[in-house]
Amino acid sequence: MTTAPLDKSSPLKRSLASRAGLSHTALFWIGFCLVIAVLAAAPLVLSEFWRRLLTEILIWGLLAMSSDLLIGYTGMVSFGHSAFFGLGMYGAAGALLTVKPPNLWLAILFGLAGAAGAALFVAYFSTRLRDIYFAITTLIFSQIFYVIIFTWTAVTGGENGLIFTRPHLSIPFLYHARFTSTTMHWFVLAIVAASYLVLRRVTQSPFGMVLQSIRENEPRTRAIGYRVERFKMVAVMVSGLFAGLAGALYAIQNEFAAPDFVYFLTSGETVIYNVMGGIGTLVGPVVGAGFFHLMRELLSRLFGDQFPYLIPLGIIFIVMIIFLPQGIMGFARRWLNE
Amino acid sequence: MGAVGHFFQAIPVDLLIIQTVNGIVTGMILALIASGLTLIFGIMDVVNFAHGELFMLGAYLGFVVFVTTGSFWLALIGSSLLVAILGAAMQIVALRPLIGRDPLNTILATFGISLVLQNYALWQFGPVVRKIPEPISSQFALFYLQYPWYRILIAVLSAAIIGGFWLFLKYSKFGIWIRATAQDRTMAQAMGIPVPLVYTGVFAIGAAMAAASGVLFAPMVGVSHTMGLDWVLKAFIVVVVGGMGNFVGSIAAAILISLVEAYAAIWVDPSQAVIVSFVILILTLLFRPTGLFVATPR
Repeated sequence: MTTAPLDKSSPLKRSLASRAGLSHTALFWIGFCLVIAVLAAAPLVLSEFWRRLLTEILIWGLLAMSSDLLIGYTGMVSFGHSAFFGLGMYGAAGALLTVKPPNLWLAILFGLAGAAGAALFVAYFSTRLRDIYFAITTLIFSQIFYVIIFTWTAVTGGENGLIFTRPHLSIPFLYHARFTSTTMHWFVLAIVAASYLVLRRVTQSPFGMVLQSIRENEPRTRAIGYRVERFKMVAVMVSGLFAGLAGALYAIQNEFAAPDFVYFLTSGETVIYNVMGGIGTLVGPVVGAGFFHLMRELLSRLFGDQFPYLIPLGIIFIVMIIFLPQGIMGFARRWLNE
Repeated sequence: MGAVGHFFQAIPVDLLIIQTVNGIVTGMILALIASGLTLIFGIMDVVNFAHGELFMLGAYLGFVVFVTTGSFWLALIGSSLLVAILGAAMQIVALRPLIGRDPLNTILATFGISLVLQNYALWQFGPVVRKIPEPISSQFALFYLQYPWYRILIAVLSAAIIGGFWLFLKYSKFGIWIRATAQDRTMAQAMGIPVPLVYTGVFAIGAAMAAASGVLFAPMVGVSHTMGLDWVLKAFIVVVVGGMGNFVGSIAAAILISLVEAYAAIWVDPSQAVIVSFVILILTLLFRPTGLFVATPR
């Protein structure tokens, strides 16, 4: 994947910045705050259904963002993010079912621990391989987790999954109440926004630069003296942790954990979000997730619930790979520049 | 000593032999799928994610042809031809524009195709499992089982298709073109070989092989829209264990993996026996990342 641009100084931003007399950083923060403000105000005007959908899109966006660290920045296409997402879900479920009273933060912590375990396993074995070999082995590893979760009925509930009740939203010494769909949305938004800032910082750190140099030229990075395998392993671990965080949030929002989410389709959709939105941009995957789910909603409203929405979306996906490999964000940037 | 004797007595010899036969039969089907996958990879550097869907679609089309004509053999040939045409169309529309780009783009594009095909099959045929009856119903006695001759026929037919394809690669003009393109694409083009045509042809041949195995396999368990992913996963494992692009290696790996899975199914649930092949994959990746059957690691 050589299409991801190092976008830190696109001409558009530069021209806008010089016209307004603002620095890059200031412009970024203004844009960031605007988007967050709009997303935070959205549940106040949206109906219950759209509010839930928007929260879900944010969660899928977090999952997509986590895999962008691998796809867009390190050049490793992961087809196994469902494993991290699913273990995040089951970890959160485990905490909510075993610890009384159920605690929100413990659920997230358990979710992260579950995802970290899976990520350690996948990172150790898969990072020995490159390109398509990495893609195939991540897919196969996620399938291992799927088989284990599906057949270990005593612990995971097998095909039926696990059902639990949502914990209260509790911030120690400050706030303690039942989740409403609005506070749920704000909670998810806060976590996704914080994750975005962390991931953005990671990609701009020296560590992130090494990842990008692995993407551009792995043998040369190795020759310079970086331990490429270790960097890749850490990248998979970080990515897996954020995917697990998304899984834990999804479990808390929907009050269940099901093996379907560990299945390959979740990983595949994650890759679709990335390609549709634009890889290597972090924001793009979130846009892609939004586009995917809004299209899906639109199609099922137009043609009924039984309509196989993945057929038109799959065709759009193929067309985008051929003609628009930079995704919606890349296209938007080019269009704004002209 | 007594414990060792008990252990050997506890191995059910009859079951082992039955599972050996089963393993070889599935192994030959798997080899047929995997050799198409490895052929496409070896020559075009394309990991065909949609290979399992071609297998599945082959089985469905075989079912359709069987229902209209009533002949299993017509279904086998007709479905292979139809899927070959579909494969050629796929290659021309979706993969040809990607030649020269990062191979990862092709894995994404074929993944998109597999989504479309799978959902199309679900939409068109519904979630009901369809069944093609076995063309020959005679059986022979294998210990306490009445073992269908058809399964033996599958193994023989798969071997015949693979063998025929090997001869085709070795002696026919198009086969020589294919091998030349695999060795050096630019040089082949300079010698006047129509490389784009070779690519499309290779994809069509691989697709036809997948479809043929789909039709052959259909009488054993029935046809459903989800069968593609299971088999493409197995085929991926086989191709990685056998060494990517290594034709003979993937056939050996297919039989090895199917045998091991069949033996594991004696003691654990068949859905968990899959894990054994995952373990083989992990061990291969750890100790021979270029494949078990590659003579000299690159």
